[in-house]
Amino acid sequence: MSDTTKNNSTIRSVLATDCGSTTTKAILIEKVGDTWRQTWRGEAPTTVEAPFEDVTNGVVNAATEIQELSGRRLVNDDGTIRTPERGENDGVDIYISTSSAGGGLQLVVGGVVRSMTAESATRAALGAGAIVMDTFATNDKRPAHEQIERIRQLRPDMILLAGGIDGGTEKHVISLAERIKAARPRTRLGGGFNLPVIFAGNQEVKEDIKDLLGDVSDLQVVDNVRPVMENENLGPARDKIHDLFMEHVMAQAPGYDKLMGWADAPIMPTPGAVGLIMQTIAKERDINILGVDIGGATTDVFSVFDEAFNRTVSANLGMSYSVSNVLAEAGLPAILRWVPFQINEKQLRNRIGNKMIRPTTIPQSLEELKIEQAIAREALRLAFIQHKEFAVALRGVQQERTIADAFRQTSGGNSLVKMMELDLLIGSGGVLSHAPRRIQSMRMMIDAFSPEGITELAVDSIFMMPHLGVLSTVKKEAATEVFEKDCIVYLGTCIAPVGPMKPGPVVRVAWTADSGTVSEEISDMALKRWELPEAEISITVTPLQSTLDVGAGIGKPIVKTIKAGVVGVIVDTRGRPDIQLPEDQAIRVPLLKSWVKALDEYPLSETEEVK
Amino acid sequence: MAAVFTPGLQVTEKGVIQKDRRLPLEGEVTVSMGEMVTAETVVARTELPGKIYPINVANQLGVDAGRLKSLMTKTAGDKVTEGEIIATSPGFFGLFKSEATSIVTGTIESVSGVTGQVIFQADPVPVEMDAYINGRVVEVIPSEGCVIQSNATFIQGIFGLGGEARGEITMVAKAPSQIVTESDITEDCKGKVLVGGAYLSVSALKRAVEVGASAFVTGGFDYDEIKDLLGYEVGVAITGGEDLGLTLIVTEGFGEIQMAPATFKLLKAKAGMMASVNGATQIRAGVMRPEVVVTFDEASAPTEIVKPPEPVGIQIGDKVRGIRAPYFGLLGTLKSLPNEPTVLDSESKARVMEVTFEDGTEAIVPRANVEAIKG
Repeated sequence: MSDTTKNNSTIRSVLATDCGSTTTKAILIEKVGDTWRQTWRGEAPTTVEAPFEDVTNGVVNAATEIQELSGRRLVNDDGTIRTPERGENDGVDIYISTSSAGGGLQLVVGGVVRSMTAESATRAALGAGAIVMDTFATNDKRPAHEQIERIRQLRPDMILLAGGIDGGTEKHVISLAERIKAARPRTRLGGGFNLPVIFAGNQEVKEDIKDLLGDVSDLQVVDNVRPVMENENLGPARDKIHDLFMEHVMAQAPGYDKLMGWADAPIMPTPGAVGLIMQTIAKERDINILGVDIGGATTDVFSVFDEAFNRTVSANLGMSYSVSNVLAEAGLPAILRWVPFQINEKQLRNRIGNKMIRPTTIPQSLEELKIEQAIAREALRLAFIQHKEFAVALRGVQQERTIADAFRQTSGGNSLVKMMELDLLIGSGGVLSHAPRRIQSMRMMIDAFSPEGITELAVDSIFMMPHLGVLSTVKKEAATEVFEKDCIVYLGTCIAPVGPMKPGPVVRVAWTADSGTVSEEISDMALKRWELPEAEISITVTPLQSTLDVGAGIGKPIVKTIKAGVVGVIVDTRGRPDIQLPEDQAIRVPLLKSWVKALDEYPLSETEEVK
Repeated sequence: MAAVFTPGLQVTEKGVIQKDRRLPLEGEVTVSMGEMVTAETVVARTELPGKIYPINVANQLGVDAGRLKSLMTKTAGDKVTEGEIIATSPGFFGLFKSEATSIVTGTIESVSGVTGQVIFQADPVPVEMDAYINGRVVEVIPSEGCVIQSNATFIQGIFGLGGEARGEITMVAKAPSQIVTESDITEDCKGKVLVGGAYLSVSALKRAVEVGASAFVTGGFDYDEIKDLLGYEVGVAITGGEDLGLTLIVTEGFGEIQMAPATFKLLKAKAGMMASVNGATQIRAGVMRPEVVVTFDEASAPTEIVKPPEPVGIQIGDKVRGIRAPYFGLLGTLKSLPNEPTVLDSESKARVMEVTFEDGTEAIVPRANVEAIKG
């Protein structure tokens, strides 16, 4: 780390970068008068590809862009970041960074029972910002020799081994360690050292584990992730993963040794930093929150429902490196159903393939933008499905069920994600943060997540949540101020009735505000938008069909104060829990076009304007 | 001013290249420093460990795990053959004796007194690694492999399928814009590295596999055909292990797209010469692009290690090519690099460059949608 760091209280300027798998994003944060503001931003392609195999090239390019735009000198003659600040417009006090370049942090996780200790270990790994390459357990369907073969092939950055509550099973945990030993796993990035293995299982067997793995791995023992069946203790394992990420993974990626020397705080994995910010918002506002960060290679989904934090990473759902995998997993018809024009299928497949092999390109034409946003909807939707399946109550704990629970029909099993109870949906990542019109971000999130009842939506203005996550570890007040003032953009509120729907009027929305009085009935299969000058309004939503719920119970009206945001209020009567779109393209495309027009989502083409 | 670091593929008529030849596991290096090698020379060999088979022998014998070690007739490190007795239980007063046998020919890795598990490892599988290119050994990495250096023509593609292959370069297309069809592939293509033009039809590719061609280098190919050929979709561009019947190298992209004239010209100039090709592509984490390597006369192979030139950005006057619609595949010259971000047709704001295309038209193109090309 830089040895020129200023005393924390005297810091007045911060340069923060996020080295993503595709783009390196830099922001400048300065104290303007008495408040902290994000003032300038720059970005450049991430340089881990030959001939620029040094991540600092991308960092310097992004910083240089800010330097050119702001007039503040940020890069020294020798190509290093200029810290500390030397005077007005000369240098910054500290430089900090997050990173997900080079595939991020990749882990293999093990536990005795797949749905119990292995799941707790997976949660710890994901919470630390890792990609879980595989989870093995004594009860997964693979025979032991196949597990060993798989561990050999994977070459993770580290292994997290849990298993057994404290004082619980010993034999099964040791058996898992024996499998790791037999596999003799090696690190992904090579080098002459042993693979880090974190043991976070039954503490009664830690000496046996040391005997088995002490010589063949860099073994670290931490507290059990599941010390008792009823509780998880993920913190120690998560912290150890962060430490090892810095020591082992970052230290070997191209150029990172240099970058670590420049940075004034430990480099955090990007998702770890975003998770930190999400948890802070949920806690400070006491709300249920769902967040998504869609990147080039992966899509992360975060949720905090009733204070339970969960994060999932869909390792192969993204908008550039993994874009073809979105096509493979969703299928072409699923993507095409969001495209508001006819397109040759072969041509579309080739375009998606070309984005995969040239991942840093951006949509120049409107048509390309619409295709990209259609793909994004499917990437987000698939990532959310994975999240709902993972974010569940602790299994293995006896649950008390009431008669009401027994009669309640839920499709999500014991998922903690209950869309009707969601207060705020936040989007981040290039395709959402940089959509030319904010309505496009709102529409993508509504289509992908199908929010139910009344839900507030927001977007990370220019993708700075990772930067603020790492900043919060150095200067919390600066991170909080910038988050509210410059980072989060409140898009507005979505109102969506849930339940079986007949053709005809579905809901009545009514409010009175300075800008006027509205009382309107909305029919089925519609999207309706109101742009409002007010920041907040008190709205009454009344279901017009006895089967529908808008948040107060089936058939009951609701009165609520909602945020209007930069987009406004959108009523969505296309059906919930799943949006129903016509399969016939000849019917669907005109319908999609009518929604585009109703929402003012894209500029109309000349022919559309004539119509 | 910021350099414009736009990724470009290498197309080099004559340069010094180095190839790392490393074993997947430690082994024996069979060449020495300074030695001249051909592509077929074995430079290192090793033995890949055999498969692991954990068997709970304590359960088989019906004894507590803690007693297992005392009942073993073989111990960790011992060689065993399939069916050989490795442990016996005494039974009751000499009755109900039971015995456990090895399920593989190999070695006993470990015996656990806690779980009762015995881990067997099958005999290792020998692996040899060749030099891949003609050249000189300029570095020996003890127990791991070596570095081969050579004067060579080096051409990178954008995407490939299949691993390392060799063959004589044979031009199937007469021009970089040609579409190669089935009828262009003849029996003479056997064992050859074939060079096409703007597009290779799937029937032509299948015909090339049928006649036993070694590799195919083409400008464009249809993305959806890959699924039909492999039986699965390539969702993430990490390739090299596909069993396609030949190595496929796409130099420009998916769809119909003229091979870069410099690439075509260079391959044409090398027609009749032996080439080493590799389709392995990795666009995430440690980028790897497919390649065609044609080495020069072995005797001229340099002995000094030459470092690659320092990267420089694209400059005004450089040749560029559009790599995304609506200018995908079009060649042009960089006219200017405006500093201020510009609003595009999509309404996105991005840093751009002004390009004069070959037909004389000019356009504003996002810097991210252009790559530098040589020749």
